[in-house]
Amino acid sequence: MNGVAIEARGLARTYGRGGGGHRALHDCSFRLPAGRVCALVGPNGAGKSTLLNLAAGLDRPGAGTLSVLGSRDPAAVRGRIAHVAQDKPLYPQLTVADTLWAGAELNPGRWDRATADRVAGTLPGTARVRALSGGQRTRLALALALGKRPELMLLDEPMADLDPLARHELMGVLMAEAAEHGTSIVMSSHILTELEGACDYLLFVDGGRVRLGGEAEDIVSAHALLTGRDGDLAPHTVVESRTTGRQLTALVRKEGPVDTTAWSVSEPSLEELLLAHLRAPDAPPLLTPSAVPGAVREAVASA
Amino acid sequence: MTAESAAVEFRIDRRSGVATYLQIVQQTKQALRLGVLEPGDRLPTAREVVEATAINPNTVLKAYRELEREGLVEARRGLGTFVRRTLGGAADATAADAPLRTELADWARRARAAGLEKDDVGALFTAVLDSTYKGDEER
Repeated sequence: MNGVAIEARGLARTYGRGGGGHRALHDCSFRLPAGRVCALVGPNGAGKSTLLNLAAGLDRPGAGTLSVLGSRDPAAVRGRIAHVAQDKPLYPQLTVADTLWAGAELNPGRWDRATADRVAGTLPGTARVRALSGGQRTRLALALALGKRPELMLLDEPMADLDPLARHELMGVLMAEAAEHGTSIVMSSHILTELEGACDYLLFVDGGRVRLGGEAEDIVSAHALLTGRDGDLAPHTVVESRTTGRQLTALVRKEGPVDTTAWSVSEPSLEELLLAHLRAPDAPPLLTPSAVPGAVREAVASA
Repeated sequence: MTAESAAVEFRIDRRSGVATYLQIVQQTKQALRLGVLEPGDRLPTAREVVEATAINPNTVLKAYRELEREGLVEARRGLGTFVRRTLGGAADATAADAPLRTELADWARRARAAGLEKDDVGALFTAVLDSTYKGDEER
């Protein structure tokens, strides 16, 4: 493997036909290195699910290229990917035990029964899937996904149905999987705090494109919150600024050192950063070096 | 999985404003000062920490690297991360009758008598501390 989990160049996907089609993704480019735990965040309708469906090989892009685990055709590497869709698709008439058995049968040679059983844990084996609560269904879907021992996990809103205790426990299980096997994990949510702390990588999708991408730490430290007397913010890129009386508060992307004699400087939280970008749709995108898709030269060489 | 269980566990407070890796560093140092951790003790593995706390594995590794850089712990391949030395020197200095503590208590009384509020004294102390130890962090 080349150390890249997902690489997208100019990805586009439009639903519906003609001029009235909805552009779910548009000119979406990024790279996700392998072995990272990535938060895929953005407002409702930003294109998160579309992106995960494309990466899982369930859908094809209208334009652009997408390579997953080194393959230009994500569907061809489906055996090494676990995708848990938002609605947790399972067979409602099967029991919990039957579902886990089917997981083992469908993943010969890969199935990790101990892990799957441990995650399924407290679920009643004889209960039918249709009788399970939303949270229990999530637990079963994650048991299947982890039992497959995937190299890449694509989890669409995995924590939405879980109570706080189950959320903490299952997030712990996912982190342990990442620690032990170096599994790449992408988790979507429109609630950042759900993922903060667990993720070391960030893809912030908004309006069908990646607006911020890279190591969460580096993205935060590339920005600063400045407070001071109204003045010139150059050379920094202003994401958002607000004046109250004589005081100016601005969130900027640093272009060189900040003049600390003129400004009181603090580091924004990731949440402040995302909110500022949501309010400022024209702020230029930022990809850290590891999140920039490889040069065109590479693309030609591997084609 | 491991024969001997780890000697401490970490508690992560997401609202504290302190970076998560620093919380692990600080809690380890505190355990060393209190004698909860002793030379030869094994720190929990990254897997153990993340399973219990649901934080990212790289955060734990970053904290352990920092502790290793400070010479407090060492990683032994395939075995885990072990305590090398304690932070015992501080224990004598913080005892109730230690000279440094007595002097500081005198100083605090004088500050109070001079009309400084507790927060003023705290800010003054932090400022002096910062300038005295300036540069140590980067070493």
